[in-house]
Amino acid sequence: MLLGHYNYWIVIVLMMIGFYIVIAHGNLIKKIVGLSIFQTSVFIFYISMAKIDGGTAPILAEGIEQYSNPLPHVLILTAIVVGIATTALGLALAVRIKEAYGSIEEEEIQNKDNLDC
Amino acid sequence: MLIHLPVLQVIIPLLAAPLCLFLTKPRLVWLFALIVSGLAFLISGLLLQQVMTSGTIIYDLGGWDAPWGIEYRIDRLNAFLLLIISSISTIVLIAADTSIRKEIPADHHVLFYILYLLSLAGMLGIVATGDAFNVFVFLEISSLSAYALIALGKDRRALWASYQYLIMGTIGATFILIGIGLMYQMTGTLNMEDLSKRLPEVSQTRTVFTAFAFLIVGICLKLAMFPLHLWLPNAYAYAPSIVTAFFAATATKVAIYLLIRFTITVFGLSFSFTHFPLQLLFVVLGLVGIFVASTVAIYQTNVKHLFAYSSIAQIGYMIVGFSMTTMAGMTATLLHLFNHALMKSALFLALGAVMYRIGTTKLTHFQGLGRQMPLTLAAIVIGGLSLIGVPLTVGFVSKWYLVMAAIENGWWPVAALILLGSLLAVVYVWRIVEMAYFKPALAGTETIKEAPLSFLIPIWTLILANIYFGIDTRLSVQVAQAASMSLFGVTP
Repeated sequence: MLLGHYNYWIVIVLMMIGFYIVIAHGNLIKKIVGLSIFQTSVFIFYISMAKIDGGTAPILAEGIEQYSNPLPHVLILTAIVVGIATTALGLALAVRIKEAYGSIEEEEIQNKDNLDC
Repeated sequence: MLIHLPVLQVIIPLLAAPLCLFLTKPRLVWLFALIVSGLAFLISGLLLQQVMTSGTIIYDLGGWDAPWGIEYRIDRLNAFLLLIISSISTIVLIAADTSIRKEIPADHHVLFYILYLLSLAGMLGIVATGDAFNVFVFLEISSLSAYALIALGKDRRALWASYQYLIMGTIGATFILIGIGLMYQMTGTLNMEDLSKRLPEVSQTRTVFTAFAFLIVGICLKLAMFPLHLWLPNAYAYAPSIVTAFFAATATKVAIYLLIRFTITVFGLSFSFTHFPLQLLFVVLGLVGIFVASTVAIYQTNVKHLFAYSSIAQIGYMIVGFSMTTMAGMTATLLHLFNHALMKSALFLALGAVMYRIGTTKLTHFQGLGRQMPLTLAAIVIGGLSLIGVPLTVGFVSKWYLVMAAIENGWWPVAALILLGSLLAVVYVWRIVEMAYFKPALAGTETIKEAPLSFLIPIWTLILANIYFGIDTRLSVQVAQAASMSLFGVTP
């Protein structure tokens, strides 16, 4: 029972790892890495949900009775695109922050902001 | 043509955004964006009229029947929201050309309008669609363009604010994605109408509980409900003025729409409020939000920060109205949605005008500004009065309905606290008035002139709307009541 759902356990573990990195790390690039892991866990979750035991790819052919649900695959393609856009934007912002502040550490940036006020 | 209005509403700004690249002259692009936004405004007006007379419009995208295809479902609530978003977007855009000349480097002007239109398309899409996954896609379209728009701010802190918003916003959106996935797992459908029929059968399962929890937390992050509001103040304060005026009036409203749509239409009132202690949670957080945010607003030294915190407080009022789960409470929330959009867009545009003339919105620089920029400051004062809820302004109307709804529920302490919260608004608005009218002008500021007409026209249009809808409440109240009736399934 527990092992049978091992992909869901992986989802949860990845989700928590990603979430923890986002919260705990002060480095902007590491935060984005964490965010990506967090999002990836959701992709695996959607794909796991579509899988049927013994089901094949959804292709119309003779002798194939059971198909995996293709809809979550399609949905997750969209979500992957969104994830890439987010990562790209986040990294671009990190580059600009490095140029403007000379650092990508949360603490240093916060200190410089406090000096400005 | 008329039957395609629901999709044209979203498609026109979405397609217009990349077209901007072909018009290389910033002035031309501005005019184009203004026309596109104006068209969206026109369409939303037509839609609202159609919905009010003949009921819900259902549009199957590409001719595929729901629940297989994506369905756009425009009822009174969406139509009302569409009108708020597109009208504010159009009015704010009038001032964009003048404002961004001072605040954004010239080679980014075309990109600014592209992002603006994308963000508009995303918000209109979230509201128009009747498909849960489509909501996520449009949410990300509007959010990603929002992060980039905020990063366009002149101050380097805009970058940091944008980054923080990106992290928080993406966590929120991913939570919503998880919620939608869990719902799909249990019901096999993504169509909201279909979901609302199938969810009750499985409502006792833990999966549905988890789905609901993820959705609510994700949406609350997006709507900056206290204590999930940390991204908002800096994002609003350092974004270009036009962006702030647009987002303050629309972005959080769209998230409130999602909250209402998912809790009431999709999950149903009985699930949302009896299985979950959502009512207690929202009343308390709403009220705490009002007091904490208003108090913090009093101590701000930057007027943009001040009004950003005031926005969080105003969201608290909407949450309190929503948590009453009565028709009167919902009407008050929807009214406040509309009224707050009018106030905040006017106030932030006026701050944009101040920014244009003196290059900062620090409170100390407001000294004596009442004599140098009389029309702009008068607008800020009237907007501030509306925020407090003085009679003859829209703020009074929504506070009145909110207090009435609380009393109708027998929530006397809540009604008293709502009124007390307004007193805090008096304090922070007074700080600006005192600075602008009762202090001598700073030395060397004799040359400051009144804001240009391209600012004054949209600002005063919004301010006059503030007064007009404060006196003649028929239109706004009628639509808000009709929308909350349709939400609670009562036929008028």
